[in-house]
Amino acid sequence: MSVGAPKIPVTVAEVTEVNDLIKRFRFVRRDGGPMPPFSGGAHVVVEMDDHGTRRMNPYSLMGDPADSTGYCISVRRDEAGRGGSLYMHHHVRPGMQMVLGAPVNLFALDARAREHLLIAGGIGITPFIAQMAQLEALGGRFELHYAARNRALGAYMPALRAAYGDRVHTYFDDERQLIDLPALLAGQPLGTHLYVCGPKGMIGWVRASAEAAGWPRATVHHEEFLAPPVGVPFTVDLAASGKVITVGASQSLLEAIEAAGVEAPYLCRGGACGQCETAVLACDGHIQHNDHWLTDDQKASGTRIMPCVSRFEGRTLVLDR
Amino acid sequence: MTKTDFPPSIRSRPVYGELAYRPGSLHLMVADGEGANALVDLVARAGAEAPGLLARAHIIYMPGPNGTDLSAVVQALGAAQFHRSPSYASAELRLRKVLADARMGLQVYLAGTEGLIGQAQREAMAAGLPHDAVQTEHRGATVRRVQCVHCKGITENVRTDPFVCAHCGLTLFVRDHYSRRLAAFQGVNIDAEDPGKVPPLVERFT
Amino acid sequence: MGLTFNTETFRGDFTFHNSPAAIRRFPFPFDRDDYMYSVNMEPHVPGPKGTVFEHNFDVDEHYLSEMRDRALVLAEDPLRCQSLPHMTLAGWDLLELIMESKARDYPDLFELHKNGNRWHWINRPMQIDQSFTFLDETTLPYGPMEYITRQAQGDFTLQDQRDDNLWIEAGMVTTQADWSLDFDIGMGFHEWHAPVPKAHELGVFDRALKFLLKLQHGAPVRRFNWTMTVDPLLDTSPENYPVWGPTRAMITPGNVGSRMHLRVELQTLHRLPRSNAIAFPIRCYLIRFDELVTIPKWGRRLHRVIRDLPVELATYKGFERNRATMVDYLARFDDGAPTSPGWMPDPE
Repeated sequence: MSVGAPKIPVTVAEVTEVNDLIKRFRFVRRDGGPMPPFSGGAHVVVEMDDHGTRRMNPYSLMGDPADSTGYCISVRRDEAGRGGSLYMHHHVRPGMQMVLGAPVNLFALDARAREHLLIAGGIGITPFIAQMAQLEALGGRFELHYAARNRALGAYMPALRAAYGDRVHTYFDDERQLIDLPALLAGQPLGTHLYVCGPKGMIGWVRASAEAAGWPRATVHHEEFLAPPVGVPFTVDLAASGKVITVGASQSLLEAIEAAGVEAPYLCRGGACGQCETAVLACDGHIQHNDHWLTDDQKASGTRIMPCVSRFEGRTLVLDR
Repeated sequence: MTKTDFPPSIRSRPVYGELAYRPGSLHLMVADGEGANALVDLVARAGAEAPGLLARAHIIYMPGPNGTDLSAVVQALGAAQFHRSPSYASAELRLRKVLADARMGLQVYLAGTEGLIGQAQREAMAAGLPHDAVQTEHRGATVRRVQCVHCKGITENVRTDPFVCAHCGLTLFVRDHYSRRLAAFQGVNIDAEDPGKVPPLVERFT
Repeated sequence: MGLTFNTETFRGDFTFHNSPAAIRRFPFPFDRDDYMYSVNMEPHVPGPKGTVFEHNFDVDEHYLSEMRDRALVLAEDPLRCQSLPHMTLAGWDLLELIMESKARDYPDLFELHKNGNRWHWINRPMQIDQSFTFLDETTLPYGPMEYITRQAQGDFTLQDQRDDNLWIEAGMVTTQADWSLDFDIGMGFHEWHAPVPKAHELGVFDRALKFLLKLQHGAPVRRFNWTMTVDPLLDTSPENYPVWGPTRAMITPGNVGSRMHLRVELQTLHRLPRSNAIAFPIRCYLIRFDELVTIPKWGRRLHRVIRDLPVELATYKGFERNRATMVDYLARFDDGAPTSPGWMPDPE
């Protein structure tokens, strides 16, 4: 059983500097055809050839889903990251040919919601831009609460204000403006759904506040892609393919498996979707489970691993791959 | 009478839990018959939270299909709002109004028979709550609310299996297949293949 | 392409029949001599020319008659087509998928012309010429799902995806194997499959759900299901069970070959792009026993499958009471010779 949708060969059409940290990239199909439609909240995996290192990072689609002429993503430069965002910022130029995966939505709107309450922090705004465009076209009710470090880093705020007026609320950390979450959560009509995308701390704060305010679990949605962490190199036996591989310090286990020519399933590459779940056949050491997918019991059992974000420390790790 | 243990069944058959206090801005409790005792237990288990729970509680209570009426017990809990209704049908418009006015933070607790739980849960879902956000606890009679898959009519308080549809008169066997949207089990003609061959009506639900 | 549409009925005088070509392309569902539930999904990629897999949506000689039968069912019972309010966008996704597929795969029968959201759809066999605005329900005579599925063979359901589950929340269901959309609409994946025996214990539905939640747009999958039906009745609904149920008691050694039908469902699953819902077309193919046994391999194999099927499955599929008569009939076409692997007929 394969879930692989055809990849999309694209040309970089535009690169726009949004602010000191963020660049926006627009891709069009190389054959000039329309992009597949998508749903607000979807992401694509961008494949990069970083001077011989293959990088595949997921980014939320931020364009209007009704616009089939191209896809847009925004990339925040992460100086301490493994290099994907640096590659996008320093090396990707208009006219370059790249490859995108097909859109996948792990952060979909609940179509039944009476109202959509959107809470964004920093670069976490991107899926909401697509979602608001889709809601606006379909007549959905929404309001956005968007926090940024300062005015200069409040990407797309003026445009969103212009498009959606007082449905857009902005907050700036350096002006000590805080979202009044308890009041916001208390005032929503029954049937409202809450969505949060932003830094880990913000997601935790919003989810805990919603629970304390009596919001049902199924009405609270979040998206948090993990960047695969850097770490100490380690060695893995791939039993099914009979290979022994070494995972580099800034390489993920999944990338190392792919680099060895072994096919492995994936969708999000950020520890959220569960697609790359792999059986551990033997483990003498400690698996650093960095994913949001496995349960605590599964993690403790040491019999499963999510190679997109998790690492290993110890003597032997044998995987069924 | 404590909560009911139903035999294991298929995955569409509802299962019920035990009501537990959850933080909320308004606590809507709807119960019939022996469901009164589930509300009493809920308040008892809430411990230190009980006064706050009752201060923001709206209780709608009605006698059960077996005639059990514990209105006095429920009223004695001292909820901010208490309403005794003679039947579910007579309570439905009030229930809809409460749900329509509610904000997120509402907690819904349902206790008693399956007909009451199912119908009140359907109203909560229609008002925008996810079905699994509604807490339910079964107490009392096990009579069923069954929809005839042929004429679509619903027969309340079904005791026997098979039973005669109150609308079209076909004899129906009672499946465990259950629709939350209809708040009803499914009834299917038992003698469709061999008209007239109807087994005796056996009392299965009490 | 020389497709001639039969004039035939699926009720009353039951004039439904398969041409010799339709028999040879019948999607016989058994690739071996026994059967048990499994997830059995494979990519829905174009198959060999002439097979029912050649195109995304198969159009065959029964098209016009099936659409007439659907209209009759809907006139009797409009509840066979329902869409919960939040599923309209998924309905548009489905309309787009079907129109684009048919216009691409059968250009002599169907045309789709787009100018932005102004669309022009031509369905020649049904003599339909419709201009409308995509995503604007007021420009079509029905909602988008009902509009397009009145022009497409097979049943269709639409599943919303949320909370790591699929929810059956819209559908056009008039050619069903004894399940009720009106009753099941709104249920989760395990709930609407609840009455199926054995498969839950085998973990079939857990695995299938896990797989489907990850289904990607542009990568549809397919599987088969099957049952038995007396007479070529497309609408074996629970609603009408008192009408068609008595025919199950009418099977005799003399009529089993001409009245018993193998009913095969070619089920495909497609991720819908705008709504993130999943479309589940369930295409029903019927073949009389005496048509089926003209393919020697199928006669041999069906005999062995039916003879050896666990009783729970035969009961669930509704033919346990007629099994002995069916097996006796089919045994005449089983000489005990080994069958070749796969479902395709042996070359003549």
